[in-house]
Amino acid sequence: MQLSRLLKLSLAAGLFAAAVGTSFAAGNPASERQALMKNVGAATKAGASIAKGEVEFDLVAAQLVLHTMNGSALGFGYMFPAGSETGSETEASPKIWEDRAGFDAAVNKFVADTSAKVTDLDSFKAAFGAATANCSSCHKAWRVKK
Amino acid sequence: MKKALAVLAFLAVVAAGVFYGLTAPNRLSAEEIDALPTGDALKGETVFWAGGCASCHSAPGAKGDAKLVLSGGHELKTPFGIFRSPNISPHADAGIGNWSPADFANAMLKGTSPNGSHYYPAFPYTSYARMTPGDVVDLFAYILTLPKSDQVAADHSLGFPFNIRRGLGLWKRVFLSPDPVVDLATSDAQVLRGQYLVEGPGHCGACHTPRNLAGGAVLSNWLGGGPAPEGDGRIPNITPHESGIGSWSAAEIAESLKTGFTPSFDSFGSSMVAVQENMARLTEADRAAIAAYLKAIKPVASAK
Repeated sequence: MQLSRLLKLSLAAGLFAAAVGTSFAAGNPASERQALMKNVGAATKAGASIAKGEVEFDLVAAQLVLHTMNGSALGFGYMFPAGSETGSETEASPKIWEDRAGFDAAVNKFVADTSAKVTDLDSFKAAFGAATANCSSCHKAWRVKK
Repeated sequence: MKKALAVLAFLAVVAAGVFYGLTAPNRLSAEEIDALPTGDALKGETVFWAGGCASCHSAPGAKGDAKLVLSGGHELKTPFGIFRSPNISPHADAGIGNWSPADFANAMLKGTSPNGSHYYPAFPYTSYARMTPGDVVDLFAYILTLPKSDQVAADHSLGFPFNIRRGLGLWKRVFLSPDPVVDLATSDAQVLRGQYLVEGPGHCGACHTPRNLAGGAVLSNWLGGGPAPEGDGRIPNITPHESGIGSWSAAEIAESLKTGFTPSFDSFGSSMVAVQENMARLTEADRAAIAAYLKAIKPVASAK
């Protein structure tokens, strides 16, 4: 259980750090969404070690991984406003502003895929797999090369 | 005056002759064609994924098994114009079903079509030229097993002078060479396998190495990244430099090619997604070899 507690602590610390980072970046959508993306990355890292069995399965920690992703997913709908196409070394593709309906559909899919309820390791693996498939499908279409 | 004109006309004819000679499409020699082994389709499947053929030659947006229908139609938007990938399915008329293994080898290793014209290097034969003849004929045997498509892709849209294919003969003289890009001075089999995969079929340098104004690779910045050669954005530096992926371990590089996630759990984006999906179909050993090579090459700083 020691590992799981550590994991929870580090997840909580990660969330806190991201929240602090976000507040510092307030008023700049490009850096806000970058902070949010890093949050998803941190959750994915934790989720991958759970899914691979590198840490002991813990229901609370596993659900927290999906909740973290879901929280960010809900934010993405608001963090690409008109006027935030450039700056802060953004890698957001201009297509986001050209095809808003298509982008919103991708965001909504990510929201839906991160809304799953975890009951055990297998259900977590399935939900985590579906959730993280959004990373590459979304980045393929809506992110410029870098 | 008349005499001067005559001299000029004579010089123009000579220049045209020299141009014609220097731009002649080159092909494999009769001995090289005789030495081509018989292709093995099973082995060719690995070459197919290592070479990333489906990323350009399947229909845009194709997923799963649809990637095996090589109907073409991808657009590469470049400073020279728009290139459109052709149908290379085994359809006799629309694709390459009527080709001989020698035709295919000339295309891959010499950039020359069966009717003797130059291919544009948007088809990365400058990398494929480093492939073994065995891998080339295995790949051809595999492609012949795939579904036929009768789709005919639109032609390229290029401005002058890039629309004159003959001129590519000069370009090839400068930029086409089957020699290895880097001299690693190693006998480590894993690193050498990685070198073959990256510099040959994988054609990683086609995007990850900056190009000069003529569209040739700047080999002194090999894999150092730069402006994307097609589409928008920049291509990352993948050399072991701090501005590249120097902080990634070999195991992390291999893992990222398998999963599509970087060590910090960012995910690959844009055209690298399709490349990574191809790399995920290679063996663990081949991904580890690519990683070993990327750790062994010279670190270069990212161009500003």
